[in-house]
Amino acid sequence: MATGAQSATASRSVLSVPSVALVFLLLAAASYGALIWAPTENTMGLVQRIFYFHVSSAWSGFVSFILVFIGSVAYLRTRALKWDWLSVASAEVGVAFFTVVLVTGPIWAKPVWGIWWTWDARLTSSFLLWVLFVSYLVLRTLVDEPERRALVSAVFGIFACLDIPLVYFSIWWFRTQHPQPVIGDGGKLDPRMGWALLLCWAATLGVMTVLIRLRYRLEALRSEVDAIRMEAARSGR
Amino acid sequence: MPASGGLKLQFSEVEKRYGMRLALRGVSLTIAPGECVALVGHNGSGKTTLLKIAAQLTRPTRGKIDFFAGETSIPLEDVKSRIGMVGHHTLLYEELTAEENLIFFAKLFGLSDPAGKARLALEPVGLSGRATDVVRTFSRGMRQRLSIARALLAGPGLLLLDEAGTGLDPEGQQWLGAAIKSLRDTGCTVLMSTHGRNETQGAVTRAIRLEGGKITHDSGAGGNPNEVLVLAAVRDTGEEAS
Amino acid sequence: MTLARATSVILAKELRTEFRSRELLGTTIVFVLIVIVLFSFTFNPTSSESRRFGPGLLWLAFLFAGSLMLQSSFLREQTNDTLAALRLAPIDPFSILAGKMVANFLFLLLVEVILLPVFAVLYNVAVLPVLGQLLLVLALGTIGLAATGTVFSAVAAQARLRELLLPLLLLPVLAPVLIASTEATIGVLGDPPELSLVWLTFLACFDVVFLTAAWMVGEYLLEE
Repeated sequence: MATGAQSATASRSVLSVPSVALVFLLLAAASYGALIWAPTENTMGLVQRIFYFHVSSAWSGFVSFILVFIGSVAYLRTRALKWDWLSVASAEVGVAFFTVVLVTGPIWAKPVWGIWWTWDARLTSSFLLWVLFVSYLVLRTLVDEPERRALVSAVFGIFACLDIPLVYFSIWWFRTQHPQPVIGDGGKLDPRMGWALLLCWAATLGVMTVLIRLRYRLEALRSEVDAIRMEAARSGR
Repeated sequence: MPASGGLKLQFSEVEKRYGMRLALRGVSLTIAPGECVALVGHNGSGKTTLLKIAAQLTRPTRGKIDFFAGETSIPLEDVKSRIGMVGHHTLLYEELTAEENLIFFAKLFGLSDPAGKARLALEPVGLSGRATDVVRTFSRGMRQRLSIARALLAGPGLLLLDEAGTGLDPEGQQWLGAAIKSLRDTGCTVLMSTHGRNETQGAVTRAIRLEGGKITHDSGAGGNPNEVLVLAAVRDTGEEAS
Repeated sequence: MTLARATSVILAKELRTEFRSRELLGTTIVFVLIVIVLFSFTFNPTSSESRRFGPGLLWLAFLFAGSLMLQSSFLREQTNDTLAALRLAPIDPFSILAGKMVANFLFLLLVEVILLPVFAVLYNVAVLPVLGQLLLVLALGTIGLAATGTVFSAVAAQARLRELLLPLLLLPVLAPVLIASTEATIGVLGDPPELSLVWLTFLACFDVVFLTAAWMVGEYLLEE
């Protein structure tokens, strides 16, 4: 049968009710803070409020991708599949967050600046990061064997994560050399706006943690099923 | 090519898993220096995997393998230079000539005078006349012979053969049998997988049958390999369908 | 057998094998040529327009060609399973990767150098006066392309759909190289020619980062 440690993971619930409740509370507070409590921005009006979710999603997406790096390095050093589960969970959640960034960007840009998309530094970098980690996920679908998949994903994951600062710098410097008339910005930051943003970020970090844990659990369960099948094969079927 | 003293191998509870498939399950085996061991069994029984582990091409998922020269253990980093392998594929570069292939591998094995050693290696396999011909123009038999020359370049203490006789005509198989026999006479340890057919029987001192990743029969160090070989042949013809 | 020695032996083999058949080089050169010609139809190649758009298209052509050409780096070793032969040898596994990286760098650079005059003629761009600086930019950009591409070729060789996969993996990661190389080339071809220290240093950093990453994790890709 599967080892004792693995059974313990299976039977214990991955998300305790208090922690989920806390995340919901954070989200509620953040939404209130962003949509009602924070002052309305002068020039952009109501639609500016989307900035809180736009920026905090980007920051949380970043954290997810850092986790991909950690998982990839850890897998290469320990060859323990759980690090691969962390990597894939974090990559998927990161892509989800950056999808939010790429969707909220145009929603914000259109009413304010009249165009759907601006190739400003932040948005362009977000787009490239999104593409990069979608490639990571596509790579994973094309390798079937779990250990091999974990290995090649870890190597590509490390390269992709090392690329992140290089992507940001090159796009930023390019924009500095070729400035655009329209720049995407959060506008003037009233201190209350700063608090609302931080609260939003805390909420998205909470959502990120919940999602990663759920996804990690899914991989762990899949692996446990495989292990049980393996034991059956080993004892001669 | 004279061998520099046959190696001793020891497999301890070796297990190899490929994804969901268990290619080897808990194989323990000691092969003494100078033995010529035939591994028999059908495809998927684990013969190739066992050879790959011996060649250091892959690492066991559980268990380990140790090498000894006499009684001194050889660290794994140093063993590769003393092992020669003839695989399922020819392991040769099609666009290079026979000579160029051998010189390349001689250099990789750190041999002195690679060109000279390459020329010397072509003689026993009868390919001296084709040294400057590109491998693409070679017949299957000639490629196999070149492959063997490559394996023997560094004077290995252990020779691994993975179904080296397949695709050879009867004359080629006879030549292979004689070559293995003379190698064995120089003290080199030989571990080869075969379908249980005749080409190498004269040279074999021990036969081991694998099935489903486990050893089912072992004629042992001093025993008669023919019993196991005959058994394997009967089983194979009887179970053609699987 | 030191890493350097094993790398140079493998490099020599790569060069010899390719120059024996020359199919890969030939096909790549023709491909880049086609791309350059096709691109020239998309805008009016006057001198000033070419200097603005030309370098970007040139580097795009090199990136596409590179991601197709780098495929064969490890695919070739699957014929007759010669990769196993390399792994059987008592050498540092990284030397296999390193030998191929240098070989790919040389091949790609050769393609670029051959096509530079063609680009200059078709797009009315004066290349000769700034040849040295141009070659420097080409070299730095190509190192990044070759190093990353060789590693990803080893990655793709273990997956399905490898012909599509390699460009899919390579192009996003190389986006910074595209930006930097294009900007640097525009600068060099500008009036007056200007060698951007920022972009060159950036390219050098990119190369160092990814060469180091390749050195640290690349050989795991060769395991079985």
